[in-house]
Amino acid sequence: MRERSLAIRSFTDLANPTRFVALAGRLLPWLASLTVLLFAIGLTLCFTTAADYQQGETVRIMYIHVPAAWLAMMGYTVMAASALGTLVWRHPLADVAAKCAAPIGAGFTALALVTGSLWGKPMWGTWWVWDARLTSFFILFLMYLGLIALNRAMDDAGRAAKVAAVLILVGFVNIPIIKFSVDWWNTLHQPASVLRLGGSAIDPEFRRPLLVMALAFTCLFFTLHLAAMRTEIWRRRIAAMRRQAARGAASA
Amino acid sequence: MMALYLRDLKLATRAGGGALTGILFFLAVVAVVPFGLGPDLKLLARVGPAMLWIGALLASLLGLDRLFQAEREDGALDVMLMQETPLVLVVFVKCLAHWTASGLPLVLISPLLGLFLNMEPAAILATMLTLLAGTPAITLIGAMGAAVAVALPRGGLLVSILVLPLVVPVLIFGVSAAYAAVEDPAPFLPPFLILIAISLFFAVIGPAAAAVALRASSE
Repeated sequence: MRERSLAIRSFTDLANPTRFVALAGRLLPWLASLTVLLFAIGLTLCFTTAADYQQGETVRIMYIHVPAAWLAMMGYTVMAASALGTLVWRHPLADVAAKCAAPIGAGFTALALVTGSLWGKPMWGTWWVWDARLTSFFILFLMYLGLIALNRAMDDAGRAAKVAAVLILVGFVNIPIIKFSVDWWNTLHQPASVLRLGGSAIDPEFRRPLLVMALAFTCLFFTLHLAAMRTEIWRRRIAAMRRQAARGAASA
Repeated sequence: MMALYLRDLKLATRAGGGALTGILFFLAVVAVVPFGLGPDLKLLARVGPAMLWIGALLASLLGLDRLFQAEREDGALDVMLMQETPLVLVVFVKCLAHWTASGLPLVLISPLLGLFLNMEPAAILATMLTLLAGTPAITLIGAMGAAVAVALPRGGLLVSILVLPLVVPVLIFGVSAAYAAVEDPAPFLPPFLILIAISLFFAVIGPAAAAVALRASSE
């Protein structure tokens, strides 16, 4: 009987946190094992494929750098979609989703920046260049950190979410700028070579591990995001219970 | 609307208003630069436009967190939320008043500071023009941060951190336009037009977002 009432028939049913937690609990082990499997395949491919004739072994950094950068942008897109959910449909889980995506996205952004820097030293001869792609990505990192700080500065989770949602949506302007910065400006960072009109310009030898790693990173993102959302829901529930208990103790 | 504009302007220019503080801060930042870089006149002339821009940016961020805070404290904000005039318009007028009181003086005083930094007349004029076009964008973006700060128990510094990433494009195009006027190969007009476009863009987005944030935080 209880199982039936918790069945999810449509997207709006996800609004019930209890249903969501149940679904997340069922999905998480599968997603986690899929992530591990994909990483096992991806990392093996990374280290068995040929080295680039020009870049040598450093080309392997790309298999981490590029997926991390993609996921950093996707993380922000997920946040923006959740922010829209908070403001337009007042979906109760949207603010949880937005709040939990921020630290994960910030982690991927930091990973992309660090790996890019490590690759840049031997290839470009410098750790950091202020070109359009790097600068806009650094701004993305700053925005993630600012949003985390904003969420932490407020006590009331509901109000924090609404205010943060406004900022998330305005900051979303940055995402297309990052994507097209290499086309609009003449940058040191190379232009897009995998996802572009007229087919991919990258050799299949390098594309295969890259795509597997991208899938692995995506699974990792959703695993972490689901787990974080579940934790956040539990945390809010515990806070509410504590408040209730305190009120009960005060009136007794 | 006119009444609101004049009221805000009066409040800002009276004793205890933030307008004068901003100018003094701008002056102090620019005065500190020669101590940091050394009094090499050629070097100062070269970094001049950038220093003026950074000083103006920091000075206009300084007073922003008070944009709605005082209204919040004396209850005027609730009246603004309840009246029939669209909140977006109210926010826009408040931004305009704030800019007239604190942004415009920065623009007007920048030629004087340019002389301190040994800048050429053309560079001074270009910097002043770009500041005139760019500082409204800073105020309009900052209004969003100020609206967010209303909900915070202790806003202040966090506003600057939230707003700073968003103002970076303004700074980039402002400085590049100012430099383009002095150095020959780069054209002045394209970055300047983009700067104006950014200001106009945020004249629409900024007040709208600030209004949403104000409503959200006052519920």
